[in-house]
Amino acid sequence: MRKCEAFIIGGSAGSLDVLLKVLPDIRPDISFPIIIVIHRKHGADSLLPDLLSSRTKLIVKEVDEKEKIVAGTIYVAPSDYHLLVEMDRTFSLDYSEKVNYSRPAIDVTFQTAAEAYKNKLVCLLLSGSNADGVKGLKTVKAWGGEAVIQDPESAQVAYMPEQAKKHVEIDRILRIEDVAEFINLLR
Amino acid sequence: MELPVINDEQIEILLSDLLEQYGYDFTGYSRASLKRRIIRLYALDKALSFAEFRYQVNNDPGYFKRFVEQITVNVTEMFRDPQFFKALREIVLPKLGTYPFIRIWLAGCSTGEEAYSISIVLKELNLLHKSLIYATDLNPAVLEKAAQGMFALGQMKQYSENYIAAGGIMDFSTYYSANYSLAKFDEELKSKIIFSTHNLVSDHSFNEFQLILCRNVLIYFDRDLQNNVLELFDQSLEDLGYLALGTKETIEFSGINKKYKRLPANKIWRKISS
Repeated sequence: MRKCEAFIIGGSAGSLDVLLKVLPDIRPDISFPIIIVIHRKHGADSLLPDLLSSRTKLIVKEVDEKEKIVAGTIYVAPSDYHLLVEMDRTFSLDYSEKVNYSRPAIDVTFQTAAEAYKNKLVCLLLSGSNADGVKGLKTVKAWGGEAVIQDPESAQVAYMPEQAKKHVEIDRILRIEDVAEFINLLR
Repeated sequence: MELPVINDEQIEILLSDLLEQYGYDFTGYSRASLKRRIIRLYALDKALSFAEFRYQVNNDPGYFKRFVEQITVNVTEMFRDPQFFKALREIVLPKLGTYPFIRIWLAGCSTGEEAYSISIVLKELNLLHKSLIYATDLNPAVLEKAAQGMFALGQMKQYSENYIAAGGIMDFSTYYSANYSLAKFDEELKSKIIFSTHNLVSDHSFNEFQLILCRNVLIYFDRDLQNNVLELFDQSLEDLGYLALGTKETIEFSGINKKYKRLPANKIWRKISS
């Protein structure tokens, strides 16, 4: 099995429920960071990390710009900024145009992380109603990383994982109940 | 973008070209964002090869202008982060209102939305007549746009909501007149704004201010450059003056931090000692 140095989860409509179900079952001693980029309305800033934090023993925090990415931490992309990963594995933020009508855009995080982590990156795309993340998964594959999607049949909104399945060579398709175990087995 | 068409080495070549050829130093910019924007421009303009792209940047001043415009981020809005403007209205500006004259530096003003927002708050606090806003940006093209004071009419609903959430007390539409698809803001608001070029990377302090705003500019700089720019702000800020940054930015890592005290719940710092 590949070595995982970063696990990124992208999602939109219907993805929060998945996270809330999955987080409690992720073991607290994972050896990589988990980075979460989900579409949400601007303004509800500190609520999401708090909500996620209540479901796990892992540290959950909203990303600060130029922050060093540390294993065993769950990072949440701040609302209304794109979240980028630098080659030295720090975060930076960017307030440029929306991508796929979204800021943060999943594509931007997937694409920049793809190059920084190359074949040591695993990205998971969850439920959602637009195609954000699909191009990003292509880039992840091109750099040797692994592309995983939520089983469209188990997704509240199937469009996003379906688009990924259609356009990207997907490595794994996971039902909700299998996501935590998949993450727990990564090393 | 699957695999990028321009690699890291080529990015560095372009950056050193810009410095040598035009004196624009982007080497302290965070790479992920800069690279994304260069690749975006490369694709947008359908460049045929890196060599051709580089040649154009180096030899066509018109294209160079476009290049700088496109690789810097110029997205902004009026009354962005209403809570910030509320703090400006209720805490910072009333304090500065006790001064005979208020000098404000808005660094990285882009197309001017924030300058006009500040002007509106000053007017409502009856302070505009004794204020001066220096709105600067490295990019002459956005300053030209800023000086026109015309923004997309379609944005006004959002801006009006921001304005109200920021404690605005008027009907927002009294500040502009609709002109086809544009909202033209009152000349009075512009009367106390000086738009001028200033490059935070290479230009020096040019005055002393009681309030410096620089929101969502430092995010594009690496830590060293951020530190230099914060030193520049410190040199340009009077004692007891205020420094305002973007919601995700901080001075906590920098050498100037110990001279400043942060206002609770906001990214606004007050200079307590020089």
